[in-house]
Amino acid sequence: MKKEVGVFFIFLSIVALLAGMLFGSLSAFQFVFPGFFDLLPFFKNRPLHVSLVVSWIFLSAIGGIYYYLPKYCNLPLFSRKMAVIHIWLFIVTGLLILTCYLFGKFGGREYWEFPAILAIPIFISWVLFAFNYFKTVFKKIGQWPVYLWMWATGICFFLFTFTESYLWVFPYFRDNLIRDLTVQWKAYGALTGSWNMLVYGTAIFVMERIKGDETVAKSKLAFWMYFLGLTNLLFGWAHHIYIVPTVPWIRYLAYAISMTELLILSKIIWNWKSSLEQAKKDYYFLPFRFLVASDVWIFLNLILAILISIPAVNVYTHGTHITVAHAMGSAIGINTMILLSSVLFIINDVTKFNFPKIQKNIIRAGFWITNISLLTFLTFLTIAGAEKGILVIENKLSFRAIMQEISPYLISFAWSGLGIFIGLIMTTLPPLIAMFQYLKKK
Amino acid sequence: MSTKLKRFVFWGLFFLFIIYGFFIYTLGTENDGGKRFLTEEAKRGKLLFQEYNCTSCHQLYGLGGYMGPDLTNVISDPGKGESYVKSFIKNGTPQMPNFHLSETDVNALTEYLNYVDKTGISPVRNFEIRYDGTIMQKAIQ
Ligand code: HEC
Repeated sequence: MKKEVGVFFIFLSIVALLAGMLFGSLSAFQFVFPGFFDLLPFFKNRPLHVSLVVSWIFLSAIGGIYYYLPKYCNLPLFSRKMAVIHIWLFIVTGLLILTCYLFGKFGGREYWEFPAILAIPIFISWVLFAFNYFKTVFKKIGQWPVYLWMWATGICFFLFTFTESYLWVFPYFRDNLIRDLTVQWKAYGALTGSWNMLVYGTAIFVMERIKGDETVAKSKLAFWMYFLGLTNLLFGWAHHIYIVPTVPWIRYLAYAISMTELLILSKIIWNWKSSLEQAKKDYYFLPFRFLVASDVWIFLNLILAILISIPAVNVYTHGTHITVAHAMGSAIGINTMILLSSVLFIINDVTKFNFPKIQKNIIRAGFWITNISLLTFLTFLTIAGAEKGILVIENKLSFRAIMQEISPYLISFAWSGLGIFIGLIMTTLPPLIAMFQYLKKK
Repeated sequence: MSTKLKRFVFWGLFFLFIIYGFFIYTLGTENDGGKRFLTEEAKRGKLLFQEYNCTSCHQLYGLGGYMGPDLTNVISDPGKGESYVKSFIKNGTPQMPNFHLSETDVNALTEYLNYVDKTGISPVRNFEIRYDGTIMQKAIQ
């Protein structure tokens, strides 16, 4: 396994994704049909869903890094043993966390609902990863391509923000709700930024390999976008907490920084057509297709993100399902599409392009089912959110009346979620089986 | 862009981030309108709020799960208030689980929500939209 630690990470990531989607689908139906599957109530299901799908994002991104560095970047891992310890530490902690959730042992906060003590092994596993990564990449002579920068940034800022998200254990932070919420969302904003760095780095890496052109990842533009992204990661988080009564300049800074994303948006539109044309008949058909899909979602999601960063819009959308649409749009539409592209790239690699035709067709169908379901999923969330925002603020309706009004949309949302789940099963089962056979052989 | 310049930009941004963080930790979040109401019991209530994962369904300042209502101002909401809150926590509803909490835990959670209530307003319903897209909260809801 030592040699194939990257593939093992990816294998686990897919298992986490499928399990996470199962819990997610369950909780969506519990949301709209109270009393549905009471064996595992919503307040346990939701953290199971969130933690597992977040694990999918991290594990597949990490797996890709462990796989790509030695194989494609001519950078053998500093220590394979350390990578193996990393994965075992993750598995053991992960199982402990899942057990806590099943038994209703919480104590943490949103995203990290498990008892705080379990953050320590997670932290240690990331320190090992960081150490291994930097020891590996510092051997590289000459200019770093942008993805090495992005991965480095993602790893460092994960460690920083993960630690920051635990500052609440100190009364100085915990005993002042305004400070507590602000620091919590400062940390979470940058935390999602840090996993975006890992994922976008992966996207650029895969693009570079498919194109076979190394200049892309070293271009001025690539670095310009990287620094813009970094600035947003560092200073753009406060749109999460516009309504928390902090001092006003925190809000103004976040507002201004968030608007710089317009630059990224215009650049994407600029590059739009050319990236679509390359999507045609290509050797790397499947990975390319998922990358193109992520491009579409980046475009849609950025428009939404920019809109809800405007305080006058945010006051309506905050605390509604539009926030969920934004989060799911980026987690599924952008991150998952990119990571699936990376998974399929690796699968092409380990099976030496001998991926059976039937399975390719299943993946292709899964691709469409996932994306079409995602579109309806986000549409219903957005409608439900917009309606809730207006009903809360303009009509001042009660919670129960509002839920009644928006429940048809939420029911459609739950069914669309099931569609995404089915699409993802079709997309990931063939690679999962192929990886299993490959790992068994080794 | 030379590697030197990249490093410079990176560390420059990082340095600003640290300074910014320092202000967030201190001056930016100093004002806590509810400070007087943060009793020892309320502090314990906060930890209970985490232990029972109330956030999976409820929001404070619009942050959290959406299955239940935002609890920020449930205490001062006309028609709701302390005893209303206590009866929800004690008994649950068809949609909200009954956690079979002790009397003291129910009180601690209520004390915490009382503190939260005094820190500010959520959702913001009374505001004025300004020309630059920002909003101005009005005092009376
Ligand atoms: C499984 C989701 C869920 C969990 C977990 C949950 N609640 Fe609730 N809660 C609800 C729902 C849904 C309502 C609205 C009930 C209704 O209208 O029938 C509610 C209502 C309330 C209300 C009344 C609010 C109002 O404005 O009318 C309070 C107070 C409350 N919950 C407190 C808590 C506390 C404290 C906890 C943690 C110990 C908690 N809840 C955990 C779902 C949940």
